[in-house]
Amino acid sequence: MKKYDIVVIGGGPAGLAAAIEAKKEGIDQILVIERDRELGGILQQCIHNGFGLHVFKEELTGPEYAERFINELRSLGIDYVLDTMVLEITEDRTVHCVSSADGYRIIESQAVILAMGCRERTRGAIAIPGYRPAGVFNAGTAQRYMNMEGYMVGKKVVILGSGDIGLIMARRMTLEGAQVMAVAELMPFSGGLTRNIVQCLDDYDIPLLLSHTITKIEGKNRVEAVTVQAVDENLKPIEGTERVYECDTLLLSVGLIPENELSRSAGVAIDNATKGPIVNESMETSVEGIFACGNVVHVHDLVDFVTEESRRAGKAAAKYVKQEMATSMAILETKAQEGIGYIVPQRIRMENVGEQLPLLMRVRNVYHKAELSVKIDGVEVKRLKKAHLAPGEMERIDLPKALIEAHLGKYISVEVVKEA
Amino acid sequence: MFDIAIIGAGAIGTAIARVLSKYQLNTIILEKDNDVSGGTTKANSAIIHAGYDAPYDSNKGIFNVKGNAMFDEWCKDLDVPFKRIGSLVVAHNDEELETLKELKENGDRLGVPNLEIISGDKVKAMEPNLREDIIAALYAPSAGIIEPWELAIACAENAIENGVELRLNYDVKAIEQHEDHFRIFSDVEDVEAKLIINAAGVYADQLYKMVNENPEFSIHPRRGQYYLLDKEVGTFVNHVIFPTPTKLGKGTLVTPTVDGNILVGPDSEDLEECKKESVNTTYDRLAKVKELAIGITDKVPYGMNITTFAGLRAEPSTGDFIIEESSVVPGFINVAGIKSPGLSSAPAIAVYVGELVGTIMAGLVEKADYNPVRRPKLKFEHLSAEEKAALIKENPAYGRIICRCEMITEGEIVDAIHRSAGGRTVNGIKRRVRPGAGRCQGGFCGPRVMEILARELKCDMEDVLQENKGSYVLSGHTKA
Repeated sequence: MKKYDIVVIGGGPAGLAAAIEAKKEGIDQILVIERDRELGGILQQCIHNGFGLHVFKEELTGPEYAERFINELRSLGIDYVLDTMVLEITEDRTVHCVSSADGYRIIESQAVILAMGCRERTRGAIAIPGYRPAGVFNAGTAQRYMNMEGYMVGKKVVILGSGDIGLIMARRMTLEGAQVMAVAELMPFSGGLTRNIVQCLDDYDIPLLLSHTITKIEGKNRVEAVTVQAVDENLKPIEGTERVYECDTLLLSVGLIPENELSRSAGVAIDNATKGPIVNESMETSVEGIFACGNVVHVHDLVDFVTEESRRAGKAAAKYVKQEMATSMAILETKAQEGIGYIVPQRIRMENVGEQLPLLMRVRNVYHKAELSVKIDGVEVKRLKKAHLAPGEMERIDLPKALIEAHLGKYISVEVVKEA
Repeated sequence: MFDIAIIGAGAIGTAIARVLSKYQLNTIILEKDNDVSGGTTKANSAIIHAGYDAPYDSNKGIFNVKGNAMFDEWCKDLDVPFKRIGSLVVAHNDEELETLKELKENGDRLGVPNLEIISGDKVKAMEPNLREDIIAALYAPSAGIIEPWELAIACAENAIENGVELRLNYDVKAIEQHEDHFRIFSDVEDVEAKLIINAAGVYADQLYKMVNENPEFSIHPRRGQYYLLDKEVGTFVNHVIFPTPTKLGKGTLVTPTVDGNILVGPDSEDLEECKKESVNTTYDRLAKVKELAIGITDKVPYGMNITTFAGLRAEPSTGDFIIEESSVVPGFINVAGIKSPGLSSAPAIAVYVGELVGTIMAGLVEKADYNPVRRPKLKFEHLSAEEKAALIKENPAYGRIICRCEMITEGEIVDAIHRSAGGRTVNGIKRRVRPGAGRCQGGFCGPRVMEILARELKCDMEDVLQENKGSYVLSGHTKA
């Protein structure tokens, strides 16, 4: 049985950054396990630009962004295996994996970093009624067919959901000669980045229908039409607002779900709000020595933020392997209150906090001119003015360690305060 | 000239084919779709009923109980997953309890084994997620769960291996009756056969009309819609749970599936006779299913839904299974109106039809080399670590996981493509080995399955179909 200091599950942006950072912290025996045929994860199919503005201060495409990390990983001599699936991780950090090349392998590791990313919600998850013909794709699947396999998925397209992948695909399909007829969004606001709405829809005159959903898919063999319908404030379709779009393709961009089947097999506790592991300030899960970062923890909007979070996880895992992590002390919890969907991390051990404690969160609704109020045990310690808050854009608050220590209590909460 | 043409490759047609493949007969199955099991067989409750529902003197009652008892052997020989998990019919009040007693009496009379009326407390102990106000239940330990399409696929495969011919995409357009045989027309070549077995499901009346202008029965589709929930909540219930039946049918059930999911449905909606392809789900009816299931439990975790679907029961105007040689058209055997409990009855119906054929043909001779056993399918996920290691060494394709939700390897997919009734489409592969049947619904594995199909079938990915003709997945290449 091969032994490693750290095994990283997933060779996408999260896994790459975590492995590289751990190596830089002096950990020698690191293995990255990737299920696809190449490193880079979903970045490899994101051929549009807009990546790297924060991390590299320049605009890169997905594959370019991935390449920088892959090159660094290689130059650091970090081991990786491709086309390899992890079947199980046990609580004692034994990793079972298979591949055609290496067969069935059992690997022991001092620390494990979970970086499996997320998957797309499907038609079934939201129960769109109608027939079940070919031509209904998750936007990311369509993106793979187009950008990696070189195939078109259809010619006349309606998109449900205004998540970033859906918006990007609206532009991509248009550029490939398809007619994108409309993007329908159930909510009264888009879940995507504003810049994507402008650059992918507005620039191509593709209508964004807010508060609309799809209530019927027609076509026995291939999609022939979809019915778009307005919804009321309870998200119920309003009778009489049906509009039929004749099309051959329906793309879905209706949310992403962290992929945590492996995490569960290792006994890792999952947060119902994020659908990802509950993590502490060091990105360590409820199981000692198992860390997690990137979209497997919570869905990010920018890969740059994934990189930043994963570097922290890699650094912490290294600290754990070197037995420099403080483990047995008081734990502070975070609480998402009024208007906040979730906060990562959920648990904080002050001894491991650096100068600043980053809190990552999403709001539940769109707010204009609101404020974020941070409290410790109910006493406000910080207030930030926000011109615009939206669920599609992750918020980050850095809390100085000194500030937390000055008010040391049992929990830190964040809430949205609307303008009076 | 064939001795027998079976029209329809659903659970009934394929089961009959399997039984007939035992004898020295020249048999062909004609199927209008691009795969076996593509009609009602792929979209139903996937239950093997114990058999207490239908009246003791009906075909439905008799064949159900006989059929149920045959499943252990059939599924063992055919390597079809089947579990006798038992069923509960729950009652909330004395009136419903009376119905349970009637069901038990009817079942006892039919010979359903070990029926028992159990108390509300016992129900609660067996099924903690059901409603609090359940006072009793009829427990039928012989009820089971199965993959219905897999049964049909396995029967087809076993029949083919014993000499039966299967012709897909063969849509029968007309039938000519000759003195001692029939001539069957489609848009491809004609087929001649001495006997015809009509196992055309919801189309059985239309098929019969081709030889008899005034058929004695008609079939209308009765649609049922379902939710299928993630394996993660697969232990939400552990038995097949029915409400107390009404005149409309057995009601909306909640059950585990043999693959470990939870199934909720169906509702019951009569469609016009002509709507034989209306397998669409609808917004209001899916809501209705939720409403109906509340009689059993109000805790169904619909947030874990992975797909919804609809199926059509072949509802005969006569109310009972029609299994007989036409009195007007000798040599034309109708096996029609096989609605629920049709799947449960399939093996018994098939054996009976075999006897019927024997009578018509004045005796059948068994083949010396008939083999009832289908070559088992390797299920990578179910193997031990050592077995997995050995298998990958022997065939590295078993070391490549294509479907991460269901843990399906490339080796399993390649095998499913090349079996005698192999899967040649995306959905065909999904039915046989389950990539795409899990929580991502093919989001990740879809492109990989397409690639494997194209490679194995030696075609371009563009030519790979999802299901039937016209169900293309890719519309062309991107710009060069």
